[in-house]
Amino acid sequence: MQWEIVIGLEVHAQLSTRSKIFSGASTAYGAAPNTQACVIDLALPGVLPVLNKGAVERAIKLGLAVGAKINSPSIFARKNYFYPDLPKGYQISQFELPVVQGGSIRIQVNGIEKEIRLTRAHLEEDAGKSLHEDFHGMSGIDLNRAGTPLLEIVSEPDMRSSTEAVTYAKTLHSLVRWIGICDGNMQEGSFRCDANVSVRPLGSEKLGTRCEIKNLNSFRFLEKAIDFEARRQIEIIEEGGTIRQETRLYDANKDETRTMRTKEDANDYRYFPDPDLLPLEIPSMWIDQLKATLPELPEARRSRYISEFGLSAYDAGVLTSTRELADYFESTVKQLPAQAKLCANWIMGEISGQLNKEGIEITDCPVASIQLAALIARISDGTISGKAAKIVFESLWQGELNQDVDAIIETKGLKQISDGGAIEKLVDEVLAANAQQVADYRNGKEKAFNSLIGQIMKATQGKANPAHVNAILKKKLGG
Amino acid sequence: MTLTVNDVKRIADLAYIEIDKDEAEATLTQLSGIFNLIETMQAVDTSSVEPMSHAQSVVQRLREDEVTETDQRELCQSIAPQVEAGLYLVPQVIE
Repeated sequence: MQWEIVIGLEVHAQLSTRSKIFSGASTAYGAAPNTQACVIDLALPGVLPVLNKGAVERAIKLGLAVGAKINSPSIFARKNYFYPDLPKGYQISQFELPVVQGGSIRIQVNGIEKEIRLTRAHLEEDAGKSLHEDFHGMSGIDLNRAGTPLLEIVSEPDMRSSTEAVTYAKTLHSLVRWIGICDGNMQEGSFRCDANVSVRPLGSEKLGTRCEIKNLNSFRFLEKAIDFEARRQIEIIEEGGTIRQETRLYDANKDETRTMRTKEDANDYRYFPDPDLLPLEIPSMWIDQLKATLPELPEARRSRYISEFGLSAYDAGVLTSTRELADYFESTVKQLPAQAKLCANWIMGEISGQLNKEGIEITDCPVASIQLAALIARISDGTISGKAAKIVFESLWQGELNQDVDAIIETKGLKQISDGGAIEKLVDEVLAANAQQVADYRNGKEKAFNSLIGQIMKATQGKANPAHVNAILKKKLGG
Repeated sequence: MTLTVNDVKRIADLAYIEIDKDEAEATLTQLSGIFNLIETMQAVDTSSVEPMSHAQSVVQRLREDEVTETDQRELCQSIAPQVEAGLYLVPQVIE
């Protein structure tokens, strides 16, 4: 039987505020345990939460970027459960009326565009951290993370493969960084995914029983966990079994998922509106102000690159994968508007390759866009060949000769011979020395032509402008 | 809605309350009374009433995103039963 995998994702994006969502304690990563956990985060008696404006602003920005409805009023609820890293005994979250309702994100998979609908995105506080080792049978609790603002972004079950799920997660990851609401650091847990996975016979409308896989903190684990989980479910059904709704954990070492808790012993969270927090009003004026601060979004840039610069959808997608890369491309192409495709090729090829190799970001690229543009200008005006350009690029990367493109070309003797007279003389010499091939070509052997080109390029040590050589040779042979 | 003793035991489980058989019976009577009261109230037509999310008709005030709290770990941990390496120690919770 043909099976269809159905996936919905819940992403927790840690918002990039300086202070916590309900207290004035710092959210800086890596501080000594409990030095950033104030009396509100510790839930000492008598304290009250006060909502951080910066957290609400970031939620609204996401809502605007995905074309969602911004709820006003929006309300906060208590989600009750017992765990020592949650000192209040409840997490302040949102249940009814989240800040962000609906909206969608467009993804590109194998050149095909697909729209993934969002259910909602709500604000909530993070819990602390439990350390279960080395405390003579006790657990150690660090509450620095308690109260850190999170935006939980929930999608509809619109994805049909692990590839789609990963692409959606990557697109969302790029978007939250693009609009500056989350640093996206997955090692530090700033962007974590839960995946809801079910399977059904292809063509069936009815959703299968789903399992939720918790806390996937890399795109690779997300992909592997979904693939494993779908195989597991299909096997069970094909052997006549049924899927039990449950929460599962992905074990990266064993590459498998295993039961964490089943529905029977699932918590009843007893959500109710938090009496400590009043309804949040979001006036339309505030929304308009935030809209004005939003940068041009990746999707808009992608289509602009296609229409304005004539790039392919693929190229436009790669160049808009981060705002920094897109900015680099734009400042390069601004100096060479007619050479957009060449600029795109160099950035996606040499620049990205070298960045990957050295494990650095585009913001730390040793070759500035103005230098890259200078190099590309010398290729397009015929001063240097593509091959020589790579040598110049290497010099630029190493910071040689003050990164002066023309000085590098001069010093290394990379200039192409474009002087017609000089080339003609060389061509004559080569033709005289290869009478047999000339005869072959004239007898209809096309291959002989390329062989002659090769000989000429060799004679010039690769410095002749290939286009000129081609034209001159054709003329001579034709005559 | 009719509650059973098993429901009461499950609620007690979820609330981490230890409850014996007699207490469960007594709680069942009390809880059923509360549910009856709710049932009576549910007979009222509220279809035209907007749900209330707070008892006061004022809106949430917001604070600027600024760090205003300083490190008070020493003071806070002075009342904790057990601390080590800056951590609060609690009974082991992992199964």
